[in-house]
Amino acid sequence: MPQRTRPLSPHLQVYRLPITAIVSIMHRMMGVALTFALILFVVSLAMIAGGKSDYQTMQSLLNQWWMLVLVWGMVYALFFHLCHGIRHLIWDVGSGFDKVLMNYYIILEMFGALAFTALSFLFVQLGH
Amino acid sequence: MAYKSALAKAQGLGSAKSGTMHWWMQRVTAVALIPLSFWVILFIKQLLSAPFNDMQQWLVNPINASLLLAWVCLGFYHAVLGLQIVIEDYVSAEFWQISLVWLLKLAGLAGAISSLVLLMKIAVAAG
Repeated sequence: MPQRTRPLSPHLQVYRLPITAIVSIMHRMMGVALTFALILFVVSLAMIAGGKSDYQTMQSLLNQWWMLVLVWGMVYALFFHLCHGIRHLIWDVGSGFDKVLMNYYIILEMFGALAFTALSFLFVQLGH
Repeated sequence: MAYKSALAKAQGLGSAKSGTMHWWMQRVTAVALIPLSFWVILFIKQLLSAPFNDMQQWLVNPINASLLLAWVCLGFYHAVLGLQIVIEDYVSAEFWQISLVWLLKLAGLAGAISSLVLLMKIAVAAG
């Protein structure tokens, strides 16, 4: 493979990435992470299908604090991906490209996702 | 090659031809997944606290069963479309790129099918 020995000019690592670029790669990473979350969703279905004792084992595991951190982390990832996804839809119709607006939207997305997660957390915990 | 007409040589070059549908379906599934994501919160609420029989009955309710299948099918569809781009961006060796995308598509299908089968099993057990 002669191509491998050729030097690459430095690119990504020599720049301080703007916040828009960081959010963009976060969107992709959370998308990948959410695929694993979807697999865990199917696993939870398997545990319900497995019967009462399997279900109860899973439920007590899920209510461990570190599992709850994981679950609510995934919920935040879901809502962040959702909020940034809505922005992609806005971009798709040809608006939202103004530079000032871009940074403003990022704050809106992050706190929007946080608000959705917090409201969901309250909703779920109230049922306990 | 000498037998090929000028038209035949030109045809099939250019874009990958199927990209528009990929892009379009990514948007279609994304929009459908917005309301379904809020249904997932209802599912999580049940999963964390509902007793076994309540969970069974909740899942086999026709509305919840439909929304569950919609969530899983559209979710895996959307995930496959997204991960396909990730693979195509970062895996440049042609053999591995094609093999991984094939594997990804089959895995997505397997995820959706197993969810359907598991839901049927839950429905049978719930009686």
